[in-house]
Amino acid sequence: MERMIKIEEIEKLAELCRIDVTEDEKKSLASDIESILEYISQIQEVASVESKPEVGVHRNVMREDGKPHKSKLYTESLLKSAPKREGGHVKVKKILSQNQKGL
Amino acid sequence: MNEHTQKTLGELKDMLENGECSAVDLVKKSLKTIKEENDEINAYLEVFDDALEEAEEADKRRKKGEQGALLGIPIAVKDNMLIEGKTVSAGSKILENYTASYDAFVIQKLKESGAVIVGRTNLDEFAMGGSTENSAFGVVRNPHDKTRVAGGSSGGSAAAVAMGSVPVSLGSDTGGSIREPAAFCGCVGLKPTYGTVSRNGLIAMGSSLDQIGPFANTVDDVELLFRVIEGHDPKDSTSLLHPEFATADKNTLTIGVPRSFFKEGVRSDVLEQFEATLEMLKTAGHTIKDIELPYIKYSLPVYYIIMPAEASTNLSRFDGMRYGLHVEGKDLLEEYKKSRGKGFGKEVRRRIMLGTYVLSSGYYDAYYGKATTVRKMIQDDFTRAFKDCDAIATPTTPSPAFTIGEKEDPVSMYLTDIFTVPANIAGIPGISVPMGSVTRHDKKLPIGFQIMAPHMHENTLFTLGRLVEKKTN
Repeated sequence: MERMIKIEEIEKLAELCRIDVTEDEKKSLASDIESILEYISQIQEVASVESKPEVGVHRNVMREDGKPHKSKLYTESLLKSAPKREGGHVKVKKILSQNQKGL
Repeated sequence: MNEHTQKTLGELKDMLENGECSAVDLVKKSLKTIKEENDEINAYLEVFDDALEEAEEADKRRKKGEQGALLGIPIAVKDNMLIEGKTVSAGSKILENYTASYDAFVIQKLKESGAVIVGRTNLDEFAMGGSTENSAFGVVRNPHDKTRVAGGSSGGSAAAVAMGSVPVSLGSDTGGSIREPAAFCGCVGLKPTYGTVSRNGLIAMGSSLDQIGPFANTVDDVELLFRVIEGHDPKDSTSLLHPEFATADKNTLTIGVPRSFFKEGVRSDVLEQFEATLEMLKTAGHTIKDIELPYIKYSLPVYYIIMPAEASTNLSRFDGMRYGLHVEGKDLLEEYKKSRGKGFGKEVRRRIMLGTYVLSSGYYDAYYGKATTVRKMIQDDFTRAFKDCDAIATPTTPSPAFTIGEKEDPVSMYLTDIFTVPANIAGIPGISVPMGSVTRHDKKLPIGFQIMAPHMHENTLFTLGRLVEKKTN
C-alpha cells in the first residue's frame, strides 16, 4: 500500500511545528501519524446534516477596563523565568538575518 | 496505607475539631506513607518541604475558630496546576525547572479552604496519555498491582489516593484523564461540567475539553472537594457566569444504557460486573432503559482531531525564549526547533504534528471542520437521550489496568478512552465509581462504573454514585 504520509510531509510538518526530529524518528512518526489518520478518517463517512458546529453557549466575553496594576509589579517574577535577559527585557537572537535586510 | 486516609473527610473533620488529632498529625502520616511507598509507586514528583509548616498554620487557624471546608486536610495536586513559588513541570523536560509565578484558581480555592498541599503528582507529559508512561519522569505504578499502570494522565493523583497517602487529590480530565485512572486505582473520580471549574492556571492541552476535578475514596468526599473548587472566575473566559446546579429531587431516576456502543471490546467479566450494578440500581427502584446514541461511536476520532488541533496551538507558547528549556542554536529559528525538539517527548511531538496537519491548509475542512460538525451531532445525541433519561451509564474502561509497556501503538492506547471521551466532547459531567474487581494473574484489579448526566446535573451523579459504592462495599 502506498503511504498516505511521505517523509517529505513529516519534514514539512516538523518545520511548521518548529520541532527538530531525527532521521530515525521521521520514519516512526510517518507510520504513527498514518495509522492515526486512518483511524480518525472514519468521520468522513458521516453524512453531514444541517448542524451548525458550535461548542457550548457562545457569548461575548468582554469587560470594562479595570484598574491596571502598578507598573513593574510582576516584571521581576515573570522575567526570572527567562533563559536570557537584559535588564527588563527577554533577550533573543536577531529576528532578521542579513539576506532579509530591507524586507 | 495509613489509618487516617481510610477515613472520610467528614470523619477527619470531626477528629480535628474534637482535638483527637491535629493537621500536623495528618500531614506527618501522609509524609510517612509517601516516604515508604513512593520510591516504588512514583506517584509524587515532589513532596513540598513546607507542608508541615502549612499544617501548623492550619492548626493555628482552627484554634482561632476558623472553619475552612478542608482546614488541615492533606491533598495532592497534579503537576499541571500552578502553585506560586513551586516547580510545575507538566511531566515535561521543557518545564523541568520552571517555577510558577502565580496560583491557579483552584489552588487559591484550596488555600482559602485551609487544605495542606503535600506535593505535586506525576502525569503523562502535558496530560497527553492514558497510563503516565509518557511522563518524562517515569511511569506511575498501580498500587493494586505494581506491574500495571495506574492509568492516566492523572495517574499520580489517583495512585496518591489509592496508596493511602492523601484522602483527596486534584486531577484534570481532557478525554478521561480523571475517570480512567480512578477506575484503574479503585477510587472515585469526577469530571465536572465544562465551565464549572476555572482553568486559569491549568497548563492547557485541549482548551474546549480540559476540566479540573477531584479524586477521593468516596463519592461524598469527591462532592465536598468539588464544592470547594467550583465557581465563576473572571480570568477564565469559559467559566460559567452563574453556575446553578440542578437539584436531584426525583426519587426514581431513569438510567440510559447505550448497549450497542459497547457490545464489542469490553471484557466479559467487566461487563458482568456492570450488568450486576445495573441490576442493583433497578432493585433500588430506578429504571434501566436501552438507548441509542447513533453518533457516539465517532467520539474518539473526533477527539483525536480537536484535541491535537487545540494542543498544537496551546503548546506553541513553549519556544524556549520566555521560560522553560532553552537550547542554543545558530539563529532564532534553530533555537526554537532545538528547544522544542529536545524539550518535548515523543507523544507530545506526535500530537503537535498531528494537530498541525489537521489544521493545515488543504486538510482543515476534511478534518477539523468536519470534526466540529460531528461534535455537534454527538452533543445532539446526548440532548435527545436526556429527554427520556436522567443519566447514562457505561463501564468506565473496557478492561482493567493493563501492564506497563503493553500498549505500544498509539491507536490501541487511545482506545482505552473510548467510553470517557464522549463526556468531554459534549461538555457534560461524568463520574467513575468503583464497581468491584476482576482477577488477572491472581491479582484483584478494580474496575469502574461511569455515570454521565446533563450539564449542571452533578447531583444526579452523586446520588447514583453513592448507591453504586454502597453495593461495592
